Amino acid sequence: MTDRTGIVVLVECEDGTPLPLATELLGLARSLARGIGGAVTAIALGSGIAGAGDTLVAHGADRVYLADDPIFTPYRADAWMAALVETLRDLAPIAVLVGHGDIGADLAPRLAVRLETAAVTNCISVTAEDGGLQFTRPCYGGKVHEVVSLKTAPAIVTLRAKSHEPATPDEGRQGEVTVLSLDIDPASIRVRIVERRREIDAGQRLDTARIVVSGGRGLDGAEGFHNAGNLAQALGGALGASRVACDLGWCPPSRQIGLSGRTVAPDLYLALGISGAAQHMSGCAGAKIIVAVNTDPDAPIFKYCRFGVVGDCKVLAGALIDAIKNSEG
Amino acid sequence: MHIVVCIKQIPDPEMAPSQFRIDEEAKTAIPWPGSSLVLSPFDEQAVEAALRIRDALGEAKITLICLGSEQARVAIKAGLSLGADEGVLLSDPAFEGGDGTTTALVLARAIGKLAPFDLILSGRQAADTDAGVVGCGLAELLSVAAVTFAKDVRIEDGRARVVRALADGTETVEAALPAVVTVSHELGPPRHASLRETMRAARKPVDAWTAADLGLQPSEVGQAGARRVVERQYVPTNDTACEFVEGATAQEQAAALIERLREADIL
Repeated sequence: MTDRTGIVVLVECEDGTPLPLATELLGLARSLARGIGGAVTAIALGSGIAGAGDTLVAHGADRVYLADDPIFTPYRADAWMAALVETLRDLAPIAVLVGHGDIGADLAPRLAVRLETAAVTNCISVTAEDGGLQFTRPCYGGKVHEVVSLKTAPAIVTLRAKSHEPATPDEGRQGEVTVLSLDIDPASIRVRIVERRREIDAGQRLDTARIVVSGGRGLDGAEGFHNAGNLAQALGGALGASRVACDLGWCPPSRQIGLSGRTVAPDLYLALGISGAAQHMSGCAGAKIIVAVNTDPDAPIFKYCRFGVVGDCKVLAGALIDAIKNSEG
Repeated sequence: MHIVVCIKQIPDPEMAPSQFRIDEEAKTAIPWPGSSLVLSPFDEQAVEAALRIRDALGEAKITLICLGSEQARVAIKAGLSLGADEGVLLSDPAFEGGDGTTTALVLARAIGKLAPFDLILSGRQAADTDAGVVGCGLAELLSVAAVTFAKDVRIEDGRARVVRALADGTETVEAALPAVVTVSHELGPPRHASLRETMRAARKPVDAWTAADLGLQPSEVGQAGARRVVERQYVPTNDTACEFVEGATAQEQAAALIERLREADIL
């Protein structure tokens, strides 16, 4: 364990290009490498990603390994594991960073078992303390934060999107790009993908959205949600909902935010007609700024807000759309 | 068809942040004494997924396993009242202070003892630690396939057919059995316990197994076997002062809010 060195960043690609989260992870990896020494290695998996190497070097990777093969897209755990387990054993890093998304959350616990170590998931911060790493993550639905460390290495760490500033690219940075030659037996892949349906455009994904407009009981029905959706669109954000609104069928459960739904951490969380129950706030407490519109000035949600509007959110939704258009001239 | 559902008992997640206090010495958060313990919501939906499979197939044995203290029998009873057939409590003082690694190990051993099994279900994460590492960890230890974030689970022609809820849509996959499937909230609300099932639950068998029953050494489990060390826990402070945006009409309020958000560089 003592001869372990460096940080590995696992990079997901879409259409041959690294996802924006990769630049956040590289920014974090660089700052950790300054604290504990060693190189930053990016491993990108995907298909047609030959061009990703230079981007990753520019964003802070000292070394890039490209696993460029159609077998890696779309993600299947068995294919990625086959590529990664041996590679990570050979590299012997101190930590492996990956985004806490559909891929990272699925992959990290598997890697942890196979590499005889542990995964720390959904982290919001990682710091180098006395040569070791400490990880901060929310638990109890965000009501409590905990700082943990590991007795084993490498630490397999998943990071919440938007928890770190993206690295600033430097086109002049030098790094080594290596194409991994991997021979993965398709028969070793135990799960077969029958169908994939993309229902949401990249800009409307809740997990990476910069702005989330979220609606609750106060929107009073599916029509109110339609207006909230228009407001989300006008702001270039994603639409979310409270559990009540999903249970009432006003909005699909895939949009549900809260302890029994999804967690978001946008720059702006605009809550329309949501009272602010603990179970809902669990899902959005990581937002930089929360703004609420509610008819009740004593609604608990205002305790979390930077700005509040007392009023009917159904009317305000339309008025906000107009105000955005007006202010853009 | 033998379905094993892994469940966990947790402090009621609906409880307000003010109901947590920090034990300054241990630096850990503890719910106020007397706060209720419930079946973790995602696990409750995993039980629901098992029941839907049994409804579709006409027959299936559903076994619940739960790692916890004697109190966790209540969570097992809750699952049996929904319609599961049997329960196993995995309880031993040596299990205390464990982490995702030791939990997966104990569950994997218990599932091995319950063989033959066809399908293992669990919630996508427990609603207290919010870690989500046990399901896939378990699958690796058992060397079976794992499918995460299910919104629909069916058994067709002896294979699992699972619709996964992803950030940008859905993905339908097939896996040979046995397999582990973790269930997400998109599966929908679980059924309520019927009076009949609740009465029957009292007579359903609940075994209790210790580390020794599973052939595990105390050094492998609980705090001794854990790889994760909790340095400290704290309740994040929320000292935001809300500025109410005024306006005589909704239009004025809206314009004022947009202006504030532009000033704050949010828009």
